[in-house]
Amino acid sequence: MHIMEGFLPATHAIAWTVASAPVVAYSAWRVKKVVEENPSTKLLLASCGAFAFVLSALKLPSVTGSCSHPTGTGLGAVLFGPWVMPVMGSIVLLFQALLLAHGGITTLGANTFSMGIVGPFVSYALYRMVRKSGGSLQLAVFLAAALGDMSTYCTTSVQLALAFPDPVGGVLGSTAKFLGIFALTQVPLAIAEGLLTVIVVNILSKTSVGELKTLNILGRGAQA
Amino acid sequence: MSGILKNNKILMALVAALVIAPLALPIAGEFGGSDDQAEGVIQQVAPGYEPWFSSIWEPPSGEIESLLFALQAALGSGLLCYYIGLRHGMSKRKD
Repeated sequence: MHIMEGFLPATHAIAWTVASAPVVAYSAWRVKKVVEENPSTKLLLASCGAFAFVLSALKLPSVTGSCSHPTGTGLGAVLFGPWVMPVMGSIVLLFQALLLAHGGITTLGANTFSMGIVGPFVSYALYRMVRKSGGSLQLAVFLAAALGDMSTYCTTSVQLALAFPDPVGGVLGSTAKFLGIFALTQVPLAIAEGLLTVIVVNILSKTSVGELKTLNILGRGAQA
Repeated sequence: MSGILKNNKILMALVAALVIAPLALPIAGEFGGSDDQAEGVIQQVAPGYEPWFSSIWEPPSGEIESLLFALQAALGSGLLCYYIGLRHGMSKRKD
């Protein structure tokens, strides 16, 4: 769940927007470059955006007795690298802010930072680490997607804690409180997201061998 | 582990179990949004805080909201499944 409209003080809202905007702009340029360099992967790239679109729409129940939704940003980050995701994440967030009153325009920068930037970069780093240490494609994708999802919601918790420090415990105390809500709720959903992402990659390994080889996911060099 | 992760049927069953378990287990909770809970914490640590901006437009009812969420999921899965179907057909034709 994203930070709601108006729920970050103006200075924080502006600061996160200033931090995210150049990354989204660069990301848009990277998407254009990926499409120009490998036109055959264009539809797969769009499908990664579509995956994030679906997963963000699914509010799932959690063992904490509350609901949240996965992010779906790990798939694109693993297949195309993290730089293509900030712009796609921001589009999903903009759709939800404008049409669903979910998240918000004033919190778009902060939410893009957690979902479009931190999540995908954590996903990609984990994917590379697991692959380099000889882990299977499936294990790498699972850990990347699940922990990328977790990192997004941990970031949300820290963002809220910075804006609303606990009168007694300060930012740390407040972070613990928000983590108690967002991170705890997210654990089973992050596992579900990891599994769903592996399901898609398993399907792609059969249907899209050419593209996955182009992207160095399958074939020689996949583990380097 | 790797064997399980390669079997999509098992993976789908696991996802279903993860989603159903919270509803089937005796868990206290109303399954509201975690963002509403976060709002509660904000009111607790900063009782004076008033949101300074509200949504430009809000779905007029829960029905319209669920329509738009369903639309979002349908558009996303539509494109994803179109792509998978297209590539599936192409890879079959090559065989």
